[in-house]
Amino acid sequence: MTELTQTAQPGLAQHGLTEHSHGYGVPIQTRNERVRSTNVGDFAPITLRDEQWRYLAVERLNGLDADVLDEFSGDISLSAPDGVVASWVEAGHEAFGAAGTPEDRTSAAAWSSAQAAYLIDIPAADSHQEVRLTLKATDAEPSALHIIVRAAKFTEATVVLDHTGNGNLAENVEIIVGDEAKLTLVSIQQWDDKSAHTSAQFAKIGRNAKLKHIVASLGGKTVRITPSVDYTAPGGDAELLGVYFAESDQHLEHRPYVDHGVPNCKSRVTYKGALQGNKAHTVWVGDVLIRKAAEGTDTYELNRNLLLTDGARADSVPNLEIETGQIEGAGHASASGRFDDEQLFYLQARGIDELSARKLVVRGFLNEIVQQIGIEDIEDRLTAAIEAKLARSGA
Amino acid sequence: MSILQIKNLHVTVDTDQGTKEILKGVDLTIRSGETHAIMGPNGSGKSTLAYSIAGHPKYTVTEGEILLDGENVLEMSVDERARAGLFLAMQYPVEIPGVSVSNFLRTAKTAIDGEAPALRTWIKDVRKAMDDLRMDSSFTERNVNEGFSGGEKKRHEILQLELLKPKFAVLDETDSGLDVDALKVVSEGVNRAKDESGFGVLLITHYTRILRYIKPDFVHVFVAGKVAEEGGPELAERLEAEGYDSYVKA
Repeated sequence: MTELTQTAQPGLAQHGLTEHSHGYGVPIQTRNERVRSTNVGDFAPITLRDEQWRYLAVERLNGLDADVLDEFSGDISLSAPDGVVASWVEAGHEAFGAAGTPEDRTSAAAWSSAQAAYLIDIPAADSHQEVRLTLKATDAEPSALHIIVRAAKFTEATVVLDHTGNGNLAENVEIIVGDEAKLTLVSIQQWDDKSAHTSAQFAKIGRNAKLKHIVASLGGKTVRITPSVDYTAPGGDAELLGVYFAESDQHLEHRPYVDHGVPNCKSRVTYKGALQGNKAHTVWVGDVLIRKAAEGTDTYELNRNLLLTDGARADSVPNLEIETGQIEGAGHASASGRFDDEQLFYLQARGIDELSARKLVVRGFLNEIVQQIGIEDIEDRLTAAIEAKLARSGA
Repeated sequence: MSILQIKNLHVTVDTDQGTKEILKGVDLTIRSGETHAIMGPNGSGKSTLAYSIAGHPKYTVTEGEILLDGENVLEMSVDERARAGLFLAMQYPVEIPGVSVSNFLRTAKTAIDGEAPALRTWIKDVRKAMDDLRMDSSFTERNVNEGFSGGEKKRHEILQLELLKPKFAVLDETDSGLDVDALKVVSEGVNRAKDESGFGVLLITHYTRILRYIKPDFVHVFVAGKVAEEGGPELAERLEAEGYDSYVKA
C-alpha cells in the first residue's frame, strides 16, 4: 500500500492565526472565525467555492439546501431502560441549543425548520444503560429533525442513532455529556440508495467526562456528518471514531472538529474508510483548534482510506491550529492507500479467492472501528453490510 | 507421485517500450521429491518463470503448456493453482495492512484444504513451525509483511510452505538478502518441509551459496529466456568457479 503521511509536531503552528493573514475576499480559514447562527439567511447559498462545501455539488443534497424544510415525518422509535425520559421540547427549553449553534447552511435551515427537538434525558443509574433511537424515513420530502441527548452527571450509557429508510434529512444532534459521565454515541447512516443526509452533531463535554462518538456511514447517496466537540471544563476526553464505505456514485463526507478551549483535555480522532467503484467519493476534513487557554491539551487525529478499485476518490484534509505551545501533544496523519494487484496476487497465490481476499483485507481494515461499538448485534449488522458491499463489487 | 511439466513455454510482458518476450521456449519436468535448481544471470527470465507458474497477471503466456499431473495449469486462476498444489515463495512478499499473520495463515490453510484446520492441532503446528524457523510467537499478531525485515519476510514465506504442504514449491531467490545464519535456518525449513511432505522443489537462484544447504538433484542454467545447459550438482560447482560469463558471451 502506498502511503502519504503527514504529521505535525507539538507546538508547531501548522495553520496558526498568527502565522499569516488573509486579505479582503479570501474565505474564512481559521475555524473559530466561522459564522455561527441559527438563521439560515446568515449563510451564503451553497456552492463549490465555499470551503465548507467545496467537495459536494449542491444537486446531491436533494433539496436539503432549501431555506425552509418540512418537519421529519418518518417513524421514530425509542428503546430505552426505565428512567430514560424522552420528550419534545421547544426553543427556550434549557437543553435546546445547549451544546452548539449551526455552522453551516443546512444545519441552520434544520434548526429553524424543526420547531421542537426530541430530547432524550438519561439519568445516572447503577449500571450501563443502552438506548436506541431508530429513525426511518418514509418519504423523500426534504425534512428537518433536531435531537438532543443529555447524559446526566455520572451517567454511563450508550446511545445508538440508527438512520434508515428512503428520505432526505437535515439534522441537528446535540450531545450533552454531564460532569464525570461516560457516553458512547453511535450514529449509523444506513439509508436507501437515493437518500441525502446532513447531520451536525454538537457535543459539549463536562468536567472529567468522556464521550466516545462513533459514526458509521454505509448507505445513502449523499451523507455529510459534521461532528464537533467543545469542552466546558478540564479533564474532558473525546474519542471521535468513524467508519465508512462508499460505493459507486456515493458521496460520504465527514468533518469532525474538536475545539480545545479549556486546559487539560484530550481528543483522539480516528476515521477509516473504504471505497470501491466509479465515482465513489469520500471526504474527510478534520479540524482541531487548540486555543490559547487550552494548555495541557493532548490531541491526535488520523484518517486512513483504502481504495479498492480505480475510479474512486478519497479527499483527506487534516487541519491543526495551535495557539499555545504549552501542550502535551498534537499530531495528525492522513494516508490513502490502494488495495493493489500485488496484494491480491499474494493472497490468491495462497489459495484465497479474490472475493475472500478483499473481505480479509477490508474486514481487517475497518473492524478496528466497528468493534469499538461494543454492541454485538449492531457490530454484526455493520460487518454484514460491509461484506455485502464487497460481494457486490464484482471486481 | 506428482509431476509438473513445462513445455515450450513462451512468455511476454508489457513494458513502456512495448511487448517483450522474456521466456523463449522453456522445457522442464519436475517430479515429487526432486530438487531442481534454476540458475542464471540477472535478466535471464528466472523470476518470470516463477511468476508464470503461479499465474501473475503481468505475464502473458503466448505459447506452450504447464501441466500439473496432466491438468492444464494455464487455465487456472492464481488461487486455483495454489489449491491445486503449487506454491511460490516470493522474492518480494508484499505488505497486507490490517491482516494479521495468524488470520492470514488460517485463511490460507482453510482455502488450500477446503476446510478449516482443527484448532488445537493447528495452533500446535504453527507454533512448532515457528520455533523451528526461530520466529518469535509475537510474530503472529503482526500484520502480514508489514514492517518485516528482509529475513523475517523470507522466514514467513517458508513458514507458509511448511504449513500449506504443496505438491511443488517454487522458491524465487529465497536466498537473496539473507545472512549466513538466516540462510541456514530458512534452508533447514525447506528441507524439513520437503522431508515431511515430499514435494518437488524448483529453486531459483543467482548464487550457488544456498545449494550448500539445499542439495539439488538437477541444475538448469538459464540464459536469455531458455535453458542453456543442464546437469547434476557438479554443474553448480562449475558455475561457482567460472560464473556465467561463458554463457553470456556465447
